[in-house]
Amino acid sequence: MSTGNMNLTLKIWRQKNPDAKGAFVTYKAEGISPDMSFLEMLDVVNEGLIHKGEEPVFFDHDCREGICGMCSLYINGHPHGPKDAITTCQLHMRTFHDGEIIVIEPWRAAAFPVIKDLAVDRSAFDRIQQAGGFVSVNTGGVPDANIIPIPKVIADEAMNSATCIGCGACVAACKNASAMLFVSAKVSQLGMLPQGQPERYSRVQAMVAQMDAEGFGSCTNTGACEAECPKEIKMTNISRMNNDFFSAKLFREEGVSEHAAGE
Amino acid sequence: MSEIKQTFNSSLGKKLIMALTGLFLCTFLIVHLGGNLLLFKDDGGYGFNLYANFLTHFPPIEVIAYLLYLAILVHAVYALVITLNNRKARPVGYEFTNKAPATWSSKNMGLLGSILFLFIVIHMSDFWYNYKYTNSVAYKEYRTDLATGKTTVSDYTPPAADFENSASTENNVEIVRVKDLHARVASSFTQPWYVVFYVIAMGAVAFHLLHGFQSAFRTLGWVHRKYTPVVYFIGTWFFGVIIPLGFAAMPVVYFIQSLK
Repeated sequence: MSTGNMNLTLKIWRQKNPDAKGAFVTYKAEGISPDMSFLEMLDVVNEGLIHKGEEPVFFDHDCREGICGMCSLYINGHPHGPKDAITTCQLHMRTFHDGEIIVIEPWRAAAFPVIKDLAVDRSAFDRIQQAGGFVSVNTGGVPDANIIPIPKVIADEAMNSATCIGCGACVAACKNASAMLFVSAKVSQLGMLPQGQPERYSRVQAMVAQMDAEGFGSCTNTGACEAECPKEIKMTNISRMNNDFFSAKLFREEGVSEHAAGE
Repeated sequence: MSEIKQTFNSSLGKKLIMALTGLFLCTFLIVHLGGNLLLFKDDGGYGFNLYANFLTHFPPIEVIAYLLYLAILVHAVYALVITLNNRKARPVGYEFTNKAPATWSSKNMGLLGSILFLFIVIHMSDFWYNYKYTNSVAYKEYRTDLATGKTTVSDYTPPAADFENSASTENNVEIVRVKDLHARVASSFTQPWYVVFYVIAMGAVAFHLLHGFQSAFRTLGWVHRKYTPVVYFIGTWFFGVIIPLGFAAMPVVYFIQSLK
């Protein structure tokens, strides 16, 4: 770890718009404090570009405290950089050494087209969520707390799955650009809890259908998603989702087809 | 019909077919290895030849055999379809190679599977095809004296081209005439390149199943805190080590014996 300020070489993917042909452009990042976050380092680089009258590098970011899922960036072969269980905004420059060459790429997937530079369009995830990632609740008085008993192990597992921030690192890391970890986390977080039961089987079918329609690849259980997930979502979710999906499609006599709950 | 299509054409449905055909092929490996261990019996190939004759002339086995060939083809064709689809899911690749800590075998199932498919084609055309559809495999006659239990072997020339096998008892001597696949196997395993190819292919089996066996269970949706470790154990030690070593030992042992 370095203590003084660092000088780095950045190879950044620049692409004017979704249809333009992109290319890597090399930039110098000089006088970078090791205590800066990765995004703050990019802010410094962008300040320099603006002063020179050049177009700043586009990248997604919002909360900058690791909970919104907006930041992305494929840094030196890792979504959200080389450290485990953090997002890019939580990645600090002390992770790198002085003089290092850092390659920064956008998420690569047909379902995540590049909007500009490093920003990609992740609305495919929104459409998967809209297809079934919800529970239908009647409005009215607030129900009593703890009125529905939920075993602690189930509550914990559902909560673990619910920590998914939908950043898309799983898709970026997967050699097949598969969205299975994301979709399965969303299916699990609702399907494990009593409130999610009415739509459990229609949900899984609708969300998988939307996932396929968006053009994501299929899962080959390599485990790259789990390893790169900033929220450490487990692959167990994928098997749980498969279980529900095959159960709905092959083992249920009652009509739990895709549209049953919506109608 | 459309509901069935929807199920099996979905990404999960295709993986279901991969998992089921793959596990079926795994069970076949156990039977195949068990039978082939007769190669290690020092009886001039009597047991092995009887076994080969039984496999090709017992109707229920033939039905299962054709199911097996179908499973191999379906597994390979679906693998190709899924792989092409997965390629399409990432049209622009990364500049910097992916550093995610996934196992080598899990990332190279297609390569390993291709080696295996090539192996199966060569293996079947050499043994299965020649045995079943040509007259290139010679006959042997085994005479067992039922009083002493001693077996003597001699070459046998069949009286007609459509002769398949015969078993009879004369004067307390059991006479069995079958194709001598054992000699064919033994002569194939005297060629160094053949032995090397077999050993490489068995290495591919090992790495293919090291990932494939446990992955199939994950795809089927079966994960459990108690049983998943058992599945990993079986996938690693039985399918990843014992089975490939058992198969690889055959060409190696026969090759070493041929040097003497």
